[in-house]
Amino acid sequence: MPCDHVGAHLGPGRLRDGEALCYEGLMQAADFRIVEAKGGAVLALSGDWTATALGRAPRRLARALQGRKLSAVDLSDLAGVDTVGLLAVLRASDEPLPAKGWSARPEAKRLFDYVRGLEPEKGPPPPRLDPITRSLVRIGQGVFDFAQEMTGSMIFIGRLVMALGAALSRPRTIRWPAWFSLTERAGMDAIPIVAVTNFFIGAVIAFLGADLLTDFGASVFTVDLIAISVLREFAVVITAVLLAGRSASAFAAELGSMKMTQEVDAMQVMGVDPFQALVIPRLMSLLLMLPLLTFVAMVAGLAGGVLVAWAKLDLSPAFFLQRVTAYVPIQHFWVGVSKAPVFAVVIAAIGCRQGFAVRGDVLSLGRRVTAAVVHAIFAIIVIDAIFAMIYLEAGV
Amino acid sequence: MSAAPRIEDAAAAPDADTPPVEVRGLVNRFGERTIHENLDLTVERGEILGVVGGSGSGKTVLLNSILGLRQADEGEVLLFGQDVRGLSESERAKLERRTGVLFQQGALFSSLTVLENVGAPLLEHTGLTRDFVDEVAAMKIAMVGLGPESHHLKPAELSGGMRKRVGLARALALDPELLFLDEPTAGLDPIGAAAFDELIRRLSESLGLTLFMITHDLDTLYAVCDKVAVLADRRVVEKATVQELEASDHPWIREYFLGPRGRAAAAGASR
Repeated sequence: MPCDHVGAHLGPGRLRDGEALCYEGLMQAADFRIVEAKGGAVLALSGDWTATALGRAPRRLARALQGRKLSAVDLSDLAGVDTVGLLAVLRASDEPLPAKGWSARPEAKRLFDYVRGLEPEKGPPPPRLDPITRSLVRIGQGVFDFAQEMTGSMIFIGRLVMALGAALSRPRTIRWPAWFSLTERAGMDAIPIVAVTNFFIGAVIAFLGADLLTDFGASVFTVDLIAISVLREFAVVITAVLLAGRSASAFAAELGSMKMTQEVDAMQVMGVDPFQALVIPRLMSLLLMLPLLTFVAMVAGLAGGVLVAWAKLDLSPAFFLQRVTAYVPIQHFWVGVSKAPVFAVVIAAIGCRQGFAVRGDVLSLGRRVTAAVVHAIFAIIVIDAIFAMIYLEAGV
Repeated sequence: MSAAPRIEDAAAAPDADTPPVEVRGLVNRFGERTIHENLDLTVERGEILGVVGGSGSGKTVLLNSILGLRQADEGEVLLFGQDVRGLSESERAKLERRTGVLFQQGALFSSLTVLENVGAPLLEHTGLTRDFVDEVAAMKIAMVGLGPESHHLKPAELSGGMRKRVGLARALALDPELLFLDEPTAGLDPIGAAAFDELIRRLSESLGLTLFMITHDLDTLYAVCDKVAVLADRRVVEKATVQELEASDHPWIREYFLGPRGRAAAAGASR
């Protein structure tokens, strides 16, 4: 392949003495010689002094020229040259380069003068603090950020409650189309993953229970174990965690990119409350769908349990269901379902809050989406623990 | 580095007059909609070509087809005489080193500082030391008229005009022969746009670049471009100097150059 890599700006001057074009594939590495002549040292450049062929030549040249005074340059063996190569020559020595010898390659001289004229200076690096101050700064920054995050969350919750109140007092302002489409995306589309995950969770508990309880000869209690744990805890928590991964991230990314493209600002100046238009539909769709998904999860978890109990313990599905209805109080079901709306609010609020916190750059979008998922899952687990304590005290 | 392949290649190699960009019979479709139909375009060596066309006439699609970012439905694109589609990875990389692109929004890497952005292609494609890469990057930044105080800023801290300048410096990092600019002056104030025109003209003179420039800016066409290619009716209807285009009788070209803004730009250029 032809390489006029540098030829474009050097023109036909490079084709000397029947020498063929230089080929990219056959690019010659940049090299130099310093020849001691009568008038003083002569720097003879050879090969391609171009960005891609330069390699370590700049450093070698600088070392060779240290404390040397040149009288002329010899460019007769120079193949290609570009501004990067010429900068290397310029930077190699503190002494100004001799004017003699450039006449062989007027284009190179022109380019060299251009590079020299730029006087590129390196900007001062940003000041770096010493490690102790830096760690103190980080701690201070962390505390400050935490406080700000808390204030921001409080403001967000306040606005959310206001917007929710406004929406409920005037139902006409609710954006039904957005609500329906979000319900489908965040709720209906999640059914397969929620069902499959909970099916396996139910099956795993059944295996554990069958293994342990058979040792005590109490294998029939496997049914109670499966039913209580699925209804009370697993169905709702697993579903909420899945939605935190699925919807909190989606909400944060959607609102974040809308913020970056100034869509949120456009709404605001149109007199549309972004909370009404964006947050409330998301919140309400999860509020509706999470309890329903929890019910799906319960059915799927029990189905997984039924299958394993049948296969491993020979307990027929009919016996399983009969035992569940007879011996497992319905309150376990209500305990599980009662947590769903709370988790729904947590997921939607954290997702939207992080989305609105996105600033102009791409990095903050990534950070905020991550934060949305992590915070949401963390909050779900903590709130579940609080629920467990409350219900325990209440004796439910 | 034996002599034999060199001679063989020399025989097979197209001469230095090979146009850097040659588009033949390009067809681009989006579903039912045809954007380009048998589009032909050649950019000669050392030429500054402006590409104009109405909104939706497929200027950016054409650029993407040339850059290989979009697979054309039919037709071929030759860069330096080579069909970009039939190339191996390494041949493609070599070709990419000979071209630079300034995207419309600058497309700077947001996690890197200005200096690192400009140095990125050098670190990627050359074996230069980190220190020297920084020096080269500083030179390229000086080339586009920015001072050392900008070196350690992040793209988010730059104004639109500065972002374009840094994008240009990055496009120039490897001393490409062929430079693609997508609306370089869009979104700049008139003073900034005029300064950018001047910068492009000076750089192309000093570095002997071939430029392919998509632009809406009539002043840029008058001030910078040697030739202008007009995209209309799904192909390049004309490629000529601005003066010749003023005399064209194609309705869209007439409206473009002889409308109120075109006349103002022409008057400005002749002053």
